[in-house]
Amino acid sequence: MSQTLSSTALLAVPLAPLAGALLAGVLGTRFGGNRIGRRTTHSLAILGVLISFILSAMTLHSVATEGARFNETVYHWMQVGSLKMEVGFLVDGLTAMMMCVVTFVSLMVHIYTIGYMAEDEGYNRFFAYISLFTFSMLMLVMSNNFLQLFFGWEAVGLVSYLLIGFWFNKPTAIFANMKAFLVNRVGDFGFILGIGLIAAFTGSLNYSEVFAQAPNLVPQTLPGTAWSLVTVICICLFIGAMGKSAQFPLHVWLPDSMEGPTPISALIHAATMVTAGIFMVSRMSGLFELSDTALNLVLVVGAITALFMGFLGIIQNDIKRVVAYSTLSQLGYMTVALGASAYSVALFHLMTHAFFKALLFLGAGSVIMGMHHNQDIRWMGGVRKYMPITWITSLLGSLALIGTPLFSGFYSKDSIIEAVAESHLPAAGFASFAVLAGVFVTAFYSFRMYFLVFHGAERYDQNPDIHHADHGHGHHGSHAPHESPWVVTLPLVLLAIPSVVIGYLTVEPLLFGDFLADAIRVNGETHHAMHGLEEAFHGPWAMALHALTSLPFALACAGVATAWYMYLVNPALPRAIGASLRPVVVILENKYYLDWFNENVLARGARALGTAFWQGGDRRAIDGFVVNGSWKTVAALAGWVRRAQSGYLYHYALVMALGLFALLTVSLWHGPLALMLRASMAWFPFFWN
Amino acid sequence: MTITLGHFLSLGAVLFALSIVGIFMNRRNLIVLLMAIELMLLAVNTNFVAFSHYLNDMNGQIFVFFILTVAAAESAIGLAILVLLFRNKSSISVDELNTLKG
Repeated sequence: MSQTLSSTALLAVPLAPLAGALLAGVLGTRFGGNRIGRRTTHSLAILGVLISFILSAMTLHSVATEGARFNETVYHWMQVGSLKMEVGFLVDGLTAMMMCVVTFVSLMVHIYTIGYMAEDEGYNRFFAYISLFTFSMLMLVMSNNFLQLFFGWEAVGLVSYLLIGFWFNKPTAIFANMKAFLVNRVGDFGFILGIGLIAAFTGSLNYSEVFAQAPNLVPQTLPGTAWSLVTVICICLFIGAMGKSAQFPLHVWLPDSMEGPTPISALIHAATMVTAGIFMVSRMSGLFELSDTALNLVLVVGAITALFMGFLGIIQNDIKRVVAYSTLSQLGYMTVALGASAYSVALFHLMTHAFFKALLFLGAGSVIMGMHHNQDIRWMGGVRKYMPITWITSLLGSLALIGTPLFSGFYSKDSIIEAVAESHLPAAGFASFAVLAGVFVTAFYSFRMYFLVFHGAERYDQNPDIHHADHGHGHHGSHAPHESPWVVTLPLVLLAIPSVVIGYLTVEPLLFGDFLADAIRVNGETHHAMHGLEEAFHGPWAMALHALTSLPFALACAGVATAWYMYLVNPALPRAIGASLRPVVVILENKYYLDWFNENVLARGARALGTAFWQGGDRRAIDGFVVNGSWKTVAALAGWVRRAQSGYLYHYALVMALGLFALLTVSLWHGPLALMLRASMAWFPFFWN
Repeated sequence: MTITLGHFLSLGAVLFALSIVGIFMNRRNLIVLLMAIELMLLAVNTNFVAFSHYLNDMNGQIFVFFILTVAAAESAIGLAILVLLFRNKSSISVDELNTLKG
């Protein structure tokens, strides 16, 4: 535990991608006059992320094997009263794991981008953005205080906004990035309220100082109310996590974010940024453990997201949107694990999900390239013959996603299901049902997509919209699909390896070892989930064997079999089911009417309120009454008074004389002058008589 | 009937009142206005002389000389202004001198 890390090396981890982003963004774009070409730009950006990844891997190695830790301030920004604002790093197992996941996926995406964005005009700009994202995300995960966490939180949100609207000529992309920005503001508002409460009641922004004071917060209530302070803080923080990690009902931005290029869907909207909420809640485990109310809320929100977002994945036809809803559902799983106090399980799933979901997204992107930018899975089919590497890696990713024993997703997802079953919170029953049902749904939509894309009849030349699906890269016609270049397939292969094996290798140290022990604080007396898991665990191999006879595996198999029957054996069946369940399909197609609700109730309501304030408050009360009213009053008064200004000298003289007369009269009879006069003139009887 | 201080003061008051009315009622001639001001000063002088006599204090009569001197100077300036005014406006009618009007 005594071994410390070099602060220079840690600083280099976020700063290397930042340097890459600045070089690419300034020199590679019109800002700096396009001084460097595409090859130099991507080399610089990749070099930055590569340095960052190597240093992260070394950090992980010393953290895991030598027990190295780091918790220091590297830069003192300013001090407001007793509140210190600093830049500092906290490196423990949790941070080291996140650093490696972020830099590894980012590196893969950087390489992949060379192939995917090859024809795009904004090639250099794109590299600048994703490198900047890597910097922001590293600042977020490495932070040792709330201020830097918030900085990273907002910076990744900014880059997400820029990248969703990367093709800024597309109206749908602009709409999507505005939506993502606005919905995230809702979450961030809760988040900053939570941070503000923490700063107000503990007087510190530093993690370790705040956690040291956390027990003192328990008996306190929010001033003026009977609400427990810790519960309010946790709920505020969790609202932030709901926005960033796209939990119901703030999930609406994530499916639309698929308007952005596929590499960022993989990097930002599947593997890293959207898991920032999960990471944050795990970091705050010391606070969340103190409030069962907040944990119940976390459970319910996660369970709703896990199950109901999975349903939406079933009816989507856009390949990226299917994966996006799958991401929502998996984020729901992680949230459920958080609610069950199984933080390490949530982080475990975060890690495995980062690998296999990035793989699935990049695979989807590869298919999109092979299909000449057609994204509709109804017009694919039989692609496996043309794109063997993409096919195999996507199959591995899908198997990991549905939780096939021995694959990475199996260990994390099965642990979540077990942990929820062990939890004693009131909401655990519902959550347990949701995650179990979710297994079937996940298997069904994943393999529906898989079968429609890679198997069955070739339908890519029957797409009626082929001309509209073209992104202006010239007219491709309906040629046969082709395998992607090596820069695309290499990341697929490199991601497929951890997607398969990482669960088997790390399940024991991550969940039951002391790797995360000092980062996660679980109140073991009341929250038993981890104990139950530990008792049932007899090694990864035994866990996989045991799973073969368990309910989740049966559900997953049923999901795959159903998808196989409905989309390969009897393709007419889905349409028949859809026709007979028309009302359900309509609800799903409208995404539970949440977009409708947001647009018509919240947005229109806000606009109506704004119009009312503008017309009634601003234009009538302030402009009309206060501003114009005051000048009109003065003008009327002056118009009346100016009539006395006749300009004739004798009028002024008369007024003067009258005034003098009145003044003298008053002072003679009442004022102090009168008393003086009377006293001095008393001897002169004539004057008065 | 003896002539008392009251009679002198009453004369002064009557003169003063006449001059004030002369200022306010006069609509036509600026010279009349100057004359009314002179009359006002004379009313004051009458009071001074009366008090001086009855109180046996010569200071009041000395004051009268000062006032007469100042009044003469004031009239000279007033008439000079009046001549200039007539050159500019070709009129000394009070009714036409309303450039102060707001």
